[in-house]
Amino acid sequence: MIILQTEELTRRFRNILAVNRLTLSVEQGEVFGLLGPNGAGKSTAIKMLTTLLPPTSGTARVGGFDIHQDAAAVRRIFGYVPQALSADGSLTGRENLRVFARLYDIPRKEIESRLSAALELMGIADTADRLVATYSGGMIRRLEIAQATLHHPKLLFLDEPTIGLDPVARDAVWEHLAVLRKQFGITIFLTTHYMEEAEANCTRIAIMYKGVVAAIGTPSELIASVGKPDATLNDVFAYYAGDSLATGGTYKETAATRRAMRRLS
Amino acid sequence: MDFMAPGILAQSVLFIAIFSGITIIWERDLGIVFKFLASPTPRTALVLGKALSAGIRALSQVVIIYLLSWLLGVALDFSPLPLLGVCVLALIGAACFSTFSLIIACLVKTRERFMGIGQILTMPLFFASNAIYPIAIMPAWLRIVARVNPLTYEVDALRALMLQNGVHGFNVGFDFIVLALATIVLVIVAGLVYPRVAT
Repeated sequence: MIILQTEELTRRFRNILAVNRLTLSVEQGEVFGLLGPNGAGKSTAIKMLTTLLPPTSGTARVGGFDIHQDAAAVRRIFGYVPQALSADGSLTGRENLRVFARLYDIPRKEIESRLSAALELMGIADTADRLVATYSGGMIRRLEIAQATLHHPKLLFLDEPTIGLDPVARDAVWEHLAVLRKQFGITIFLTTHYMEEAEANCTRIAIMYKGVVAAIGTPSELIASVGKPDATLNDVFAYYAGDSLATGGTYKETAATRRAMRRLS
Repeated sequence: MDFMAPGILAQSVLFIAIFSGITIIWERDLGIVFKFLASPTPRTALVLGKALSAGIRALSQVVIIYLLSWLLGVALDFSPLPLLGVCVLALIGAACFSTFSLIIACLVKTRERFMGIGQILTMPLFFASNAIYPIAIMPAWLRIVARVNPLTYEVDALRALMLQNGVHGFNVGFDFIVLALATIVLVIVAGLVYPRVAT
């Protein structure tokens, strides 16, 4: 069953074509990775799919609802973890979750049990009553995933979920995402810069370059498409994204990424 | 002094509320606003929540100004109903101007622009009202500006409720209605421009 489908989804900012006729579909239960250099249009695509940004043209359906016509219905279907670190450091982990339980209109009687279950699932139950300002970067990311999945969404959007985390914390985030998938059959749509993570965890990958999907397929299909015997996903990325690895990304995007990394470290 | 005290309370509420919109720019930098806007909560509910928080904070101004006014010998009315009315007025006034501030923040999107515009807006709002001098002695053009300024109605109702023998120009009920209507209109407009902060 298709959970997400885009057709010719396009977004233009004045004379810049950020996303150009994006057409793809994601099956329920998949872990779909959107890869690409800075400025490729990944975050713009996620913003459109999460109804934060109206498309210039084209359509997309999330859980069968149109992102433009039925935006309110779409917002009930997904959870979203933005790239920037978005948990409130002046509240405890449990309080952070409680705010989102109210935002997602979870019945009052169920709130405490949902909170406890989410904290347990993400492995942060022991520290739930500590201020988030005292959490490590990995714990904050897991708390944010708990916030985004409190309402048991069918689809989870993760924008650079492991950016700025050390390898151990990154592994912990992925382990907990795997548990989440196993328990709720949740579909994950993510963007990442870490090729090895994408290769290990994504069932399918799309490589975006200059606003268009340059290649799409399973990690093994993409690696085979390069035609080199010992190719890795890094080679695939370089093959399709060219020299943009060295030259891509605007000042604003780089500043936002560094800000998120600074807060997580 | 009796004439000035309600104006000073309204000024304190205005000056704090008018800069409260900057929180949305911080929330944008922190990413919190994206999660709020991606949630199914209606935009107007998010705006109302922010307005209410500014209103609650304004109540501390009521306590401080009452205390200072009492020390300075202002003839305050401490009866429960007028006191409650003053609290409600401070709350609605702060909600009104903080929502106006939120609209500006959603449009300008950066702290630097917002601080500059905030300063530009505060002075005309304050001086083109009846906070420090009566409307009757204003030039005709300024009188028109004062009559469309919600702060005028807040100060007018505060004069009626705060002071033992407060002189006021309009009916207190009318003041409340104007202030509440201005707040409702601003909340609707803010609900429409709020998503712009994520773009």
